[in-house]
Amino acid sequence: MNNQSSKKCADLMHYEIISKKIRRTILDIIFKTKSPHIGPSFSVVEMLVALYFDYLNISPDDFINPDRDRFILSKGHACATLYAVLAEKGFITKDDLDGFAINGGILEQHPNRDLSKGIELSTGSLGHGLSIGTGMALAGKIDNKPYKIYVLLGDGELNEGSVWEAVMFAGHHKLNNLTAIVDHNKIQALGCTRDIIDLEPLGEKWECFGWNVHEIDGHNFEQIFDALNSLSPEQPNVIILHTVKGKGVSFMEDNLLWHYRAPDEKEYTLALKELTG
Amino acid sequence: MRATFFKTLEDLYKEKEDIFVLTADLGYKLFDNLKIQCSDRFYDIGVAEANMIGIASGLALSGKNVYCYSIIPFLVMRAYEQIRIDIAYHNLNVKLIGVGGGFTYGLEGFTHFGLEDLALMRSLPNMTIVVPADPLEAASLARLSYDYRGPMYIRLGKTGEPTIHNKIPEFKIGRAMLLNEGKKVALFATGNMVYIGKETANMLSKTGITSTLVNMHTLKPLDEEMIIQISLAHDYIFSLEEHNIHGGLGSAMAEVLMENGYKGCFRRMGIPDKLRNCIGNADHLRQEYGLSPEKIYERILKEIK
Repeated sequence: MNNQSSKKCADLMHYEIISKKIRRTILDIIFKTKSPHIGPSFSVVEMLVALYFDYLNISPDDFINPDRDRFILSKGHACATLYAVLAEKGFITKDDLDGFAINGGILEQHPNRDLSKGIELSTGSLGHGLSIGTGMALAGKIDNKPYKIYVLLGDGELNEGSVWEAVMFAGHHKLNNLTAIVDHNKIQALGCTRDIIDLEPLGEKWECFGWNVHEIDGHNFEQIFDALNSLSPEQPNVIILHTVKGKGVSFMEDNLLWHYRAPDEKEYTLALKELTG
Repeated sequence: MRATFFKTLEDLYKEKEDIFVLTADLGYKLFDNLKIQCSDRFYDIGVAEANMIGIASGLALSGKNVYCYSIIPFLVMRAYEQIRIDIAYHNLNVKLIGVGGGFTYGLEGFTHFGLEDLALMRSLPNMTIVVPADPLEAASLARLSYDYRGPMYIRLGKTGEPTIHNKIPEFKIGRAMLLNEGKKVALFATGNMVYIGKETANMLSKTGITSTLVNMHTLKPLDEEMIIQISLAHDYIFSLEEHNIHGGLGSAMAEVLMENGYKGCFRRMGIPDKLRNCIGNADHLRQEYGLSPEKIYERILKEIK
């Protein structure tokens, strides 16, 4: 037991080190290109690290395997995190990353479907990913495929009515191979979710529609893995991640400004210092 | 026309295990046989068109050949952004079956009319648009659409459409159908207006004018070759469609004719771009909006004098 938990501890530290590296990559590509969305990219780092470095059955050597797990970044504006993770995992190259958000480049500020780069779906318009993931999950069940579908949504995205259309359908059809993940950083494009469209009680809403709900600290690997390892085999699952927008850089945390602003040189240096060591 | 389309699709559905049929809770009794045959490939998604398009896309991304059904404004307009991104941009194998082209739903009113769909769908890259003119064409198209891989919008009427053909026509997606060859005057019609074009042509022939009639069942890709070829031998060209005058067949033809230097007289006949509170069945509304054979005939006579 002790051995197990010390191994687990070491693993968790390993993922935290990776997360810091991912945040540095995000900071770099956003700083270089003066791109927006560093805040909502930082809030999903731990979840993407957990999925890509431990959990998902996908590989850059076998990216078109029909039995692969599917990850859909429905909140496509957090693509800097996806790109950083895909680069670290070897799906895309450093050259690809250098082609982020430049004229004639390779990667846009929202993802474009390209399986050779590990990108399952073109997203950027909110409210699409869960329906498409639902269709994939339905196909998987009918074909008796082993793969699972994971769809990451923003909390502001839950304002979209189409999300709830998919929630109702997946709950009704008991799509147990579908997991929604909500990045509940509590800040949407123009302010706090509680002031714009209050989502609470968020977990109960999903539960009412027949989903198995996990509410966790989205920056805590132990809780993330516990949730991923205890998904219901009977129902669709949702993992609500309580997160902090801009997580990892003190002056960006919980601040709407960083939905839009890219760091200047001074801010970049300060942020890099916080993300190093 | 709807019945022949789905009867053919039903036969295919038995043979082809990749066919999925989705409806957004419309089509009373239409899918009863599909449900009996193989219930796990037919889904009533619920009154949720956006979700239907998303689910169709997820299924298509998993190798399925998906048909989505609803009444045109709900299918095309409610879920247009999903069609734009999920289906057209990803170039997925999804067939959108819209019923109620033009004034089909007559007395049910404006909310149910399909008047702007062709314009919307024409502007989407990757989208093929086909509008059968009669029940036999609809049946042929059901079969052709299965083998066609990619996004397709099929605009149907509903029931009781008169037949144009005596036997199953040779129907090729993207190839217009020359139904009658005449001189000087050419009518290009799409969907239910093909029959009305035929009636108009009969009226014209009684006054000694033999007109050419072309069935433009495919709006995209448009058979430009046919338009250019006919334009070379005709002084008067008229387009006939039960659609807003902007953005449909007439607009598409105007682009081709203009760019190819047509010097004759070209007139679009469609629904004026003006909302009117006009109540009636489809025949009544066609009369009101100038799309009955008599009204078209009068307008053509006026133009060619």
